[in-house]
Amino acid sequence: MQQTKYCKLVNKYKPQEERLFNMAKAFLIGGVLGIIGHSLWQLYCVVLAMGEKEAAIVTTITLIFIASLLTGLGFFDSWVKFARAGLIIPITGFAHAMTSTALEHKQEGFVTGIGSNIFKLSGSVILYGVLSAYVFGLIRLLIFGG
Amino acid sequence: MTFKYNHVYLNASSTVVGPNENQGPLKDFFDKKFSDFYAGEKSWEQAEIKMMATSINILLHKLKKAPSSIDLLIAGDLLDQIAPSSFVAANLKIPFLGIYSACATMAEAMIIGSNMLEAKQINNIICATSSHNLSAEKQFRYPSEYGAPKPKTATFTATGGAAAYLSRVKNHIKIESATIGKVIDLGQKDANHTGAAMAPAAADTIYTHFKNLKRNINHYDLILTGDLGLYGKEILINYLKEEYQIDIEKKYNDCGIMLYDLDKQNVGAGASGPVSSALVTFGYIIKQMTKKKFKKVLLVATGALFSPTFLFQSKTIPAVAHAIDLEVVE
Repeated sequence: MQQTKYCKLVNKYKPQEERLFNMAKAFLIGGVLGIIGHSLWQLYCVVLAMGEKEAAIVTTITLIFIASLLTGLGFFDSWVKFARAGLIIPITGFAHAMTSTALEHKQEGFVTGIGSNIFKLSGSVILYGVLSAYVFGLIRLLIFGG
Repeated sequence: MTFKYNHVYLNASSTVVGPNENQGPLKDFFDKKFSDFYAGEKSWEQAEIKMMATSINILLHKLKKAPSSIDLLIAGDLLDQIAPSSFVAANLKIPFLGIYSACATMAEAMIIGSNMLEAKQINNIICATSSHNLSAEKQFRYPSEYGAPKPKTATFTATGGAAAYLSRVKNHIKIESATIGKVIDLGQKDANHTGAAMAPAAADTIYTHFKNLKRNINHYDLILTGDLGLYGKEILINYLKEEYQIDIEKKYNDCGIMLYDLDKQNVGAGASGPVSSALVTFGYIIKQMTKKKFKKVLLVATGALFSPTFLFQSKTIPAVAHAIDLEVVE
């Protein structure tokens, strides 16, 4: 059988993924996470009398800490399986990607295991995050003058 | 390439499983169950070694034989450099051949062993294999704690070890014939749908086996593929009908589907991994054959020979399937 004909056969028996349901889930859970983040930010601003910028940084750190802690305690992976992009796209996903990789490779030692593998998943996010920040920063500078 | 055997028998086998297999519908058929993924070891890789070693120890115990009385050990697994098999062989001090054909490993081992037994080059052999869900995920996919979402077609690597003892000493189950499969590549690239990559290889092997032995589906009580999963099974049934005009539907099942309760256990399209077909065959099928519920079974172990490196380089997933004909001796 030719490859193209076989691909048609494969696609005929391929189950449909519930894309709309998954998107709705990600939208709602990601949104709730946004509300939590914003509430934390307001809490830091009002109760702890932080400046807006400082409060934003502390909010990010708090979310990273909670996500990493939950990964370490062993149940964040089942949340990710359910919420999918709703937890992967926010900063929680980034923290989770690093912590889970560190846990996975701890048996191979601090340097050859954790050290050389911790950025295995999140490395791309850092690299292309920095690169796109540079490109868009440059565009903003050239068009809007900074 | 098809071989007929006159004097090769399956004398004993053993199965060791992890926590998920222990919750599946075949849980009562296994020799030993580990309740967690570490099996008392420090890492998942070391747990895999323990599971294969345990399966061979149980087998030797059943046979009341010492390792020194075994002529040859053929083993293979999924991990890099088939390291678990080598560590097991290092402890046993049995002459060792290490093989790799992913999830078709056990069938490959049994075919090599059967040929050597038939040629009287050896008097007995142990064939063994293992896989471990978490050590396989770590090597082939994402960290386990990451919980990466998977499509419905993805399979779940089974955890456990299995071993089989073959010799020319007569027993009630005979290895009657076998076919070494060709590597087939129809351009599939989805590592989360290995059933689609393997189905054409299984079809080619089934067709070749039937043709070379001048048989058809009526000869068998059961055709059993290794780990095509729910969707791969559908593809195989229809591919065989379209391409070779062979209808196996009424007598066909897949080990990957039988090992778990697909509705209750979160295992996607079914079990995969070298141990998947071995656990179902040696745990369940052989016992049914002993009771004469099945008399002639064709096991078609399927292997997706995929490499993450080549997949990232936009290459495809070649696949192979080896067939073994098991028969109850009257």
